[in-house]
Amino acid sequence: MTASFPFLSRLPARISAHLRPRASLRALVFGLAVSAALPALADNLPEVQRLIKQGQYSQALDKVDSYLASKPKDAQGRFLKGLILTEMGKPNDAVAVFTKLTEDYPELPEPYNNLAVLYAQQKQYDKARTALEMAIRTHPSYAIAYENLGDVYAKLASQAYDKALQLDNSNSAAQNKLSLIRDLISTSARPNVRPQAPAVAAAPPVIPAPVQPAQPAPKAVAAAPTATVITTTPAAASAAPVTPAKPGEAKVADAKPAAPAAPKADAATDDVTKALGAWADAWSRKDVKAYLAHYSSDFQPPKGMSRKAWEAERHDRIAGKSGKISVSYDQPQISVNGDKATAKFRQHYKAGSLDTSTSKVLVFVRSGGKWLIQEENAR
Amino acid sequence: MLGRQLLLAALAATIATGAYAKAHKPGTKHPKPVAAKPAKNAKARPIAAAATAALAAEVASRPAITVSDSGPEPQLVKIFKEIEANRLGNALQLTENLLRQYPNFRLGNLIKGDLLLARTQPISNFGAMNGAPSDKVADLRSEAIARLKGYREKPPANYIPRYLLQMPPDQRYAVVVDTQRSRLYLYENDVANGGRPRFVADYYVTQGKLGAEKVAQGDKKTPIGVYHVTSSLPRQKLADLYGSGAYPLNYPNEWDKRQGRNGNGIWLHGTPSDTFSRPPRASDGCVVLANQDLDAVGKNLQVGLTPVIISNSVEWLTLDDWNKERTELNKTIEAWRADWESRDTDRFLKHYSRRFQANGQDFDQFASQKRQVNGGKEWVKIKVSNVSVFRNPGKEEMVVVTFDQDYRSNNLANVMKKRQYWIREDGKWKIIYEGAA
Repeated sequence: MTASFPFLSRLPARISAHLRPRASLRALVFGLAVSAALPALADNLPEVQRLIKQGQYSQALDKVDSYLASKPKDAQGRFLKGLILTEMGKPNDAVAVFTKLTEDYPELPEPYNNLAVLYAQQKQYDKARTALEMAIRTHPSYAIAYENLGDVYAKLASQAYDKALQLDNSNSAAQNKLSLIRDLISTSARPNVRPQAPAVAAAPPVIPAPVQPAQPAPKAVAAAPTATVITTTPAAASAAPVTPAKPGEAKVADAKPAAPAAPKADAATDDVTKALGAWADAWSRKDVKAYLAHYSSDFQPPKGMSRKAWEAERHDRIAGKSGKISVSYDQPQISVNGDKATAKFRQHYKAGSLDTSTSKVLVFVRSGGKWLIQEENAR
Repeated sequence: MLGRQLLLAALAATIATGAYAKAHKPGTKHPKPVAAKPAKNAKARPIAAAATAALAAEVASRPAITVSDSGPEPQLVKIFKEIEANRLGNALQLTENLLRQYPNFRLGNLIKGDLLLARTQPISNFGAMNGAPSDKVADLRSEAIARLKGYREKPPANYIPRYLLQMPPDQRYAVVVDTQRSRLYLYENDVANGGRPRFVADYYVTQGKLGAEKVAQGDKKTPIGVYHVTSSLPRQKLADLYGSGAYPLNYPNEWDKRQGRNGNGIWLHGTPSDTFSRPPRASDGCVVLANQDLDAVGKNLQVGLTPVIISNSVEWLTLDDWNKERTELNKTIEAWRADWESRDTDRFLKHYSRRFQANGQDFDQFASQKRQVNGGKEWVKIKVSNVSVFRNPGKEEMVVVTFDQDYRSNNLANVMKKRQYWIREDGKWKIIYEGAA
């Protein structure tokens, strides 16, 4: 995974130097800057950055720890450590690192900004807001913080609206969080948005990886999606002609979410694709009855809920939602194994002001000629 | 989503912000702050610049925290004042203070949402969230209007609600509700001052979904009339919907029944735990107060005694006019008493309307019974005490008179609490109903 954090900013070239907006912008767009942009770094920090870029976080962490063993106060090293911990999915450790940095170097806006991103990720928007306002107070021209603050204000506004209007966002809250994590960690997987970023392992594998000649390890990274496809769809290998795992084909079909999985897909795959389409359609039409009919009788509702309670909740959240609901998805990856099938896809859910994307896995089971959902997992 | 918009707007916004931030450092006041009504001056303002302006304004002057215990209205008024003056940072600060005091105040949360949203995009209306349910926004808008109006248009200090003409000495307080204003007024019986009603406090209230003038069961309307509290139900005995307590009213009263009005369960009660208050029109006919307000009013309510007079639109009298009406009615009641004592049945019956009806008797039946009874009396002594006279709200001129009646005669003595409804016919007050209270 690349270290492309739209929110997280890198430390400026020289800590004491005042910030140049242009430099921030570059950091913003290109993610963590290449080592060449950091001439003043000692010894092995460029190596740490290289490892981060390659997604080798534990090695990067080892390196930065040994670096910090000799220079425990070094801001740049600690900042990188915070980034690594964030990438490794250790937000609390990362928060600790950035918090300490803000205490030791209160004049630096970047640690505040990154703290805010981590807080926002944990939906602690008030804390995020405070951190960003601090960043701006120290550096009134710090553009990233303004942008992030705008987003945090929007989040806080939406929380206030939830309270004011009693909106049922308990479901979407979870989705928000997920999509936020994705935005943080794998925005780069959307080629149309971030053309510079290489696709990464965590991204939906069907999206082709643009080759980045400028990047140090483009081939290794670009190879990852293909590998992922193969490893994550073992059924594809055993159950013969199923979903194409080739990025190139997926790209063609990418424009039409509900399009058949692949030209060569067999009948079962077709049927699952249709079932998936009908399921999303019923949801979008707010036709709860039709929607629920897509679930098998042995479907396990989440959180240990009873089937009845789950159905009631779905009814509330679908039929009870005012305004339109739109559920669509990117090219699904479908594998069939006898009477079982798995569909993996990126789901886009829109309702009112809410717009989320979630990675979803549906396990279908064939029952009386129909494919019904037996498991539903969001990642 | 966080970040998505960031990428799209990054370039333009960053440049704009950078340039902007140079020109206007926080601490200096921005000449054109973000507009709450952007039609005027928030045209194509870059998002980040809006945030900057708002923040700059906020940093420039953080208002002192003020806490009031007279309900949220004074703070709401200040907040709207700040919004009108485009000091959105101050407005947000004040709103956050307000919400610290009343975290479940939905209207406050809506304003907070708008003020925060205004930092990220131009907003053009109240409840600006995209896709906000319009019915709920409309409810909160009417609550805002009701609260602000109620606060700005307080009754003049030397005016008295027309309904409170005479209160008995043991009645300490009276409640008057104005449904059009969504307001409840609490008055004290100022015994030391000749029983003059003295204004104590007023509160925002919720009425029936479909307004006032209840007629039938299930019409979701609040009744108009003179009622009193019949019991007190503690929180422990009630569902959460009723909040911190409930005080059932005697709807339908004698007059309601005679008019064929039905329904029941009209209460004064509190608010469920998930909200500070409810929209102006939300109940099934009950009068609903915020829990803290219900508690404040409730401790002054006397079961069976405290009047709760519900009006469409409260009429206010100057002290002089009030005195005049009160004197006239007290004289009328005294004349009725004296004429009864005189045993001159014709004079006595002149106090009764031809439309009189009570206890299964119409006027003629009542008249002949009185003639018969009076004929057998050598003397009659009547004492009337603890008189209350409350004018019934509405177009019809009517007053509700309640008193302790001590009747003695040569062959009968009887003490009772009596209630009469007097109406004005051809300029004269006449009894149209009477019975035990």
